[in-house]
Amino acid sequence: MSASDELRPDDRRPGDASRRDGVIHPEVLAPTDESERGQDGRRLQHAEGASRPISAGAISPKAPREPQPRGAKIRGDRPIDQGEAAERFLAAPMHQKAHDARLWDLRSKRDTAAFGIPEWEELRELASQIKTHTLANLDRYLEEFEAQAKANGVQVHWAADGAEHNRIVLGLLKDHGAKSLIKSKSMLTEECGFRHYMAGTGIEVIETDLGERIQQLDNEEPSHVVVPAVHKTRFDVAEVFSRTMGTDPENDDAHYLAESQRMHTRPLILEADAGLTGCNFAIAETGTVVTCTNEGNADLSGNVPKLQIHSIGIEKLIPRIEHLGVFLRLLSRSALGSPITQYTSHFRKPRTGSAMHYVLVDNGRSERLGMEEFWTSLKCIRCGACMNTCPVYRRSGGLSYGATYSGPIGLIIDPTFNKRKYSTLPFSSTMNGSCTNVCPVKINIHEQIFAWRKVLAEEHQIPLLKQGMMKAAGQVLSRPATYRAAIGAADSALKVLPRFAVYNPLNTWGKGREMPEAPRQTFHAWYKQNRMAKAGGRTTGGKATGAKTTGGKATGGKTAASRNTEGTK
Amino acid sequence: MSVREATLARIRRNRPAGEHPLPEVPLFAPLVGDDHVAEFGERLKRMGGTLAEANPGGDLFASVRERLDGATVIASAVPEIAGNRDLGAVARPQDLADVDVAIVRAVFGVAETGSVLFTQAELRVNAVAYLAQHLVVLLDPADILVNIQAAYRRPDFARAAYAVLHTGPSATADIEGVLIHGAQGVRSLTVILAPRG
Repeated sequence: MSASDELRPDDRRPGDASRRDGVIHPEVLAPTDESERGQDGRRLQHAEGASRPISAGAISPKAPREPQPRGAKIRGDRPIDQGEAAERFLAAPMHQKAHDARLWDLRSKRDTAAFGIPEWEELRELASQIKTHTLANLDRYLEEFEAQAKANGVQVHWAADGAEHNRIVLGLLKDHGAKSLIKSKSMLTEECGFRHYMAGTGIEVIETDLGERIQQLDNEEPSHVVVPAVHKTRFDVAEVFSRTMGTDPENDDAHYLAESQRMHTRPLILEADAGLTGCNFAIAETGTVVTCTNEGNADLSGNVPKLQIHSIGIEKLIPRIEHLGVFLRLLSRSALGSPITQYTSHFRKPRTGSAMHYVLVDNGRSERLGMEEFWTSLKCIRCGACMNTCPVYRRSGGLSYGATYSGPIGLIIDPTFNKRKYSTLPFSSTMNGSCTNVCPVKINIHEQIFAWRKVLAEEHQIPLLKQGMMKAAGQVLSRPATYRAAIGAADSALKVLPRFAVYNPLNTWGKGREMPEAPRQTFHAWYKQNRMAKAGGRTTGGKATGAKTTGGKATGGKTAASRNTEGTK
Repeated sequence: MSVREATLARIRRNRPAGEHPLPEVPLFAPLVGDDHVAEFGERLKRMGGTLAEANPGGDLFASVRERLDGATVIASAVPEIAGNRDLGAVARPQDLADVDVAIVRAVFGVAETGSVLFTQAELRVNAVAYLAQHLVVLLDPADILVNIQAAYRRPDFARAAYAVLHTGPSATADIEGVLIHGAQGVRSLTVILAPRG
């Protein structure tokens, strides 16, 4: 127990001098790295903590600070120009480098965590099958969930779309005379545009997750499903907090900023009339809503105010409690490389004297269920692993997608909400397949990205030149043998193709970086030579590209994941 | 047709083709060794929690004595120690905002993750586990389960109005990956191994 860990009753009591008029004392908590070391002195990296210090480059006090690059320009239904926003992100090297390093660190932590479990691949397969089964019987499981919830004393509401969700929640708040609502992080409420909707109602909405609160105060959407403010540096946060909470603009210490937010938000939590959480898993068998968080803010939202509301996407259902034994082992390891989140909370019945409501939201999910090529995207458990591993995402930032869901999973979900507006997003991919390989529920993300390109081309949602390229690609990809031959040629093609073919304006991910050095041999060819020909008793390892990452009994998925991303690092 | 009926009808109409049976989940071999207490302690520390060292003097709370002595408001939900805030007499959860240290007994611990489980029965007032500045947890070493899978085979989750696994203290690293304990909830979580009385 270090000295800094000791209780300081004087500056931590509610109603003390430092918070009397909402002004934060700069000396609230002296900077310390006490949280970074465990009881035995080892560096901690649980929750979303980095495995090593990763901070945006220190700049001299006199140097102008690099302004935060903002997200894609939204112009109604017009197609998002992700490439344009990505270019601005790339033009901000301090932000871009810190963003890339931070997410790659999460991806590396994920690998370490996954490789520590021998049954990892079996867990992924089980999770995929449980989700597939539940989605194929979703009507039955929703009815079971609803019946259980009602029996538990929970009131259940159904919302066809985001607008209806917002109306229902507003109605509940008005019925209870609520003036303020504390909420924990929920991608569903982002999808519904809930915060924007509430802006005109006179009821204050307070995000209580630190990252989400930063984004709310900066009037920006979350850029990542797990770490919403990952695109911001501590300088950006210091600027936002000084502007909105009156903190010292010169103090960019993360401890100071986090502590200031705690002191600023706590009275709001205590005074809130209602609380709202999202839902990671909804258990049909027991009518339970499960949330997985690190800060404890979902538990504050659900346990402090008299009115508690849980917004639930209908695809969050799983049949039984025991299935959490599969999903929980995958979720946080995939997201953060941590064995579990700090809090795994199971809300089943209202507290004595409180009211508990569930809002079941469809918002396009039931229609997506009928899309033969795309319905399995509903298996997604929002871990963000596909985003962390994606070279395009890491280099362009989540806000460049101009949509609620960014990164690979966003590419295949967003067009279901608006085909025209998000028609260009499926092209923001290198098709390296790494997203598919890290997905804990085995969604074939890169194949769906390709399928979306076809759909959007057929429906004339994409420009003509891109359509021509797609047609050629389609002819090759529809025949495995041709595909293999083409891949063999493609790497060498990178060497001989004129620059305009690789770096043309439509190949947005060719911008701002050189194409990878093409391996001299494809993995397939290497395998044929070294493994299939092993009967001949001779192997030539030498320049093989696949060999160095094929670690013992690593499965194809893991191997491919390391190999693919290595090429783009 | 109600929204509910319309939603269910769309789901039925759009039901994916094919058989998709619910798989049997096998019992996986434990990742941790046989010494569940040691494994639990190791995982707890990795997750930012503190494991109280055994005390030869017989004072169960020796490791947190300094913290308790420095605290103004102590809310105890265990018979082993008396607090000065009666959890049974709390009218509103908000009334616990000034608690310095809360002391609670865990239903069980999980060796694989270093987690402890509470339900509304152990917490008395759920919010105390988040509004207190520090949380002290009593855990019977005999109540340490091997892994998460074993935890979810227990009946507690289906019975409790509220059940929560705590794994270390409240934490965030939303600013540049810098790990900070006490994001919104407790700043520290200390587990004391104490057999049930």
